[in-house]
Amino acid sequence: MRKLFFGVLCTALFGCTDQAPNKVNDKSQGLVYCAEANPVSFNPQVTTTGSTIDIIANQLYDTLISIDPESGEFLPELATSWQVSEDGKSFTFTLRDDVQFHDTLYFTPTRKMNADDVVFSFNRLFDVYNPYHFVGDANYPYFQSIGLDQLIRQVKKVDEHTVRFDLFNAESSFLSNIGTDFAVILSKEYADQLIELEHKQDFDQKPVGTGPYKYREFLRDNLIRYYRHEHYWKHPVYMEQLVYDITTNGTSRIAKMLTKECDITAHPSATQLTVLEQRKDIEVEKAANLNIGYWAFNTEKPPFDNTLVRKALAHSIDFEKIMQAVFYNNGILARSMLPPSSWAFEAQQKMPTYDPEKAKEYLKQAGLEGGFSMTLWAMPVSRIYNPNARKMAELIQRDLRDIGVNARIVEYEWNTFIERVGRHEHDSVLLGWAADTPDPDNFFSPLLSCTATFSGKNPSNWCNPEFDLLLTQALDTNDMEERKYYYQQAQKMVIEQLPLVPIAHGLRFQATSSDIKGVSLRPFGGISLAEARRD
Amino acid sequence: MFAKYAYRRLSLLCFMLFTLTIFTFALNYLFPGELITNFSGEVNSSYAQTQALVEKYRIEENIFVQYGAFMARMFEGDWGLSLSSGQPVLSHVKHLFPATLELCLYALTVAVIIGVPSGVIASAYHKKWPDKLINSLSLMGFSIPVFWLALLLIMAFCLGLGLFPMSGRIGLLYEIQPVTHFILIDIYLEGFPYGGAAFWDALHHLALPTVVLAMYPTTVLIRFTRDSMLEVLDQNYIKTARAKGLNRSQLIIHHALRNALLPVIKQIGLQFSTLITLAMITEVIFSWPGIGRWLIESIYQRDYPAIQGGLLAVSFFVIIANMLSDFIHSILDPLARNQAHGKV
Repeated sequence: MRKLFFGVLCTALFGCTDQAPNKVNDKSQGLVYCAEANPVSFNPQVTTTGSTIDIIANQLYDTLISIDPESGEFLPELATSWQVSEDGKSFTFTLRDDVQFHDTLYFTPTRKMNADDVVFSFNRLFDVYNPYHFVGDANYPYFQSIGLDQLIRQVKKVDEHTVRFDLFNAESSFLSNIGTDFAVILSKEYADQLIELEHKQDFDQKPVGTGPYKYREFLRDNLIRYYRHEHYWKHPVYMEQLVYDITTNGTSRIAKMLTKECDITAHPSATQLTVLEQRKDIEVEKAANLNIGYWAFNTEKPPFDNTLVRKALAHSIDFEKIMQAVFYNNGILARSMLPPSSWAFEAQQKMPTYDPEKAKEYLKQAGLEGGFSMTLWAMPVSRIYNPNARKMAELIQRDLRDIGVNARIVEYEWNTFIERVGRHEHDSVLLGWAADTPDPDNFFSPLLSCTATFSGKNPSNWCNPEFDLLLTQALDTNDMEERKYYYQQAQKMVIEQLPLVPIAHGLRFQATSSDIKGVSLRPFGGISLAEARRD
Repeated sequence: MFAKYAYRRLSLLCFMLFTLTIFTFALNYLFPGELITNFSGEVNSSYAQTQALVEKYRIEENIFVQYGAFMARMFEGDWGLSLSSGQPVLSHVKHLFPATLELCLYALTVAVIIGVPSGVIASAYHKKWPDKLINSLSLMGFSIPVFWLALLLIMAFCLGLGLFPMSGRIGLLYEIQPVTHFILIDIYLEGFPYGGAAFWDALHHLALPTVVLAMYPTTVLIRFTRDSMLEVLDQNYIKTARAKGLNRSQLIIHHALRNALLPVIKQIGLQFSTLITLAMITEVIFSWPGIGRWLIESIYQRDYPAIQGGLLAVSFFVIIANMLSDFIHSILDPLARNQAHGKV
């Protein structure tokens, strides 16, 4: 018995070292990114959730063009060049001819990317005859909220490597929107194969793209594993593996960063920055980011359909206290719906300030001097625009009590939360928006337009034809001064009507192990790990 | 005699399992929300789907038929879908339970290896310094809440000294194909990939959760072994043996140990139910991907089909484990079989 035991022990301990390793020690060639939530889907077309976009968009897919974060210029990606017709209604893209799709366990491509794939990817969004249009509820929140599905007349294959987009009318933000993380190019060949296998629903869950990494596995609440795309067209990918460690708890994420279980940590909170900054092997980055954290009211529900009530609530909250307690002064107090770095920004004179007496006065005018009860939904995750919605909700709850309003804080798991807010079940909600393009329209159309209401993206449930007209006018022209004028009007209108109260613009934080290079924070869109490497 | 004993135990087992299924079935009615969603985990199903589900679950018939249909589905392995993941509950249970079981088994092994000898040493040096030392240490271990111990160890060994990782079963960059879902066995089956580094990494990950989980059963076993040993050492046959001139080690190893260990063996089995409960807390703290963490997440997310499935699996396992330990005890100790009536 004793011999057997030692025999087993020896095999266990030494057998392994004697044996020729059949896999290299991948630890040095892999990267672990601690993410804050499970991805909702693996196709950016069907979601706008920032945590999901960070994980999937730039890693698995490419877009036709991209936007330079500094100059705001359009850069070629899958399209090498593009021409705009004189009337601005037709865009012709010339495609790259050497782009390979991912070769995965479930799909082996037989051809390179061509015009068919581009036509298919965009047709899915708005063409009801596309076999994939209704797969996954036919919900394309970003494109529907900005009305792109109403804008594109047709996407046409001119030849193998040329695609033409015909629009119903010229729109100045079209190219910006084609450059967002949502406008990815998918494989038509893979789609056809799934139709044959009758597994259409796998399309958004088992992704095939052209990006630097390819999908391997997803274990819910645990991890997502990607492998390097060996034939990536743009540049060699340094990392053999990219693993997302799903850690919803913020403190655990930081602890994992300290124990070196993570190489990169998403969204550390401002309170934890000092701990991280003390470590030499961890680099903390702070980057300006185009975003807005706001408190939206469900304007279809009484009493929030009354502007006076919304004004009263807006004047009741102590913005300074929020900046200190939630943002730890690592943010900018909002003075408009747009962040100050946006080119159309204009500081609003009538921005609500902390004034409980004024708030009570407005309530009196609305006939609600006795106060009322409401729900205040607080997002359960930490985002750039709101690092701690729960705390913010508690502060607001406390302030509201002073004017006689009794608020109950409601929380759900993040994906459920987004879904329910989309169904407008809330009275008021603390949410936010991080921009996907530097275009100011990106702040208005997806959040406050009438089309956004229908696609469940507009948390204020606010549909104002006058406001929509301003947005349309701004999009109809290419004259920058004119556009600026319309957006300034729009900002003014938001503050006058207050479907939502802009609270703050947060900074984006990221903690990275100091031996990891090539990860850059951009002011808009998701994070890209394409060039990440270990030095 | 043994047949009668076994028959009694088995009928008690069947009765308990029956009560458990009734309780689980009743949960569908007790949980808020749509009955059909609680049963199936299907949300926003179309009219045709709902009709098919009503038919399948016999919702429109009386409660006994419904229970029959429920049991039939359970046996077929159709435990409904999890509301939060949309995956079958049974597949979650199958994947996660081995991780919990693995942790519990290692902890129990550690508890036996440390607990029993320490108990014996304590009794052998009754009221001398080894006894006092072991006693006070075990009292400390017994009193410290498991979550507190876990946090202290994380503070010291993970964050402070950086010796151990603080979450998961293995470094995520090691890709190990799950075959048995027992991580060490799976690594062995793959032929120690990554030059054995994965194996060491898995052992590193196991260390702290195992120590934390083993703490409570170890202290219980120490105290139990010690008391049982002292009782045996007080018996006349031991006194006779001592009078014959046997030394301490001869007395303990050849005469006292076997008798003293009988109740301890039963206790080891009983520790399993406590272990599973403690494992849930340990799993949450160390992000161990087992059934306990999943169950607690499901409760938090109000995922009713998952809660049902998780509860059923865990309770089922605890009942079976208790019964098994009872059987083993009765095989080793013929006197225990005389007590024919089942005791819970």
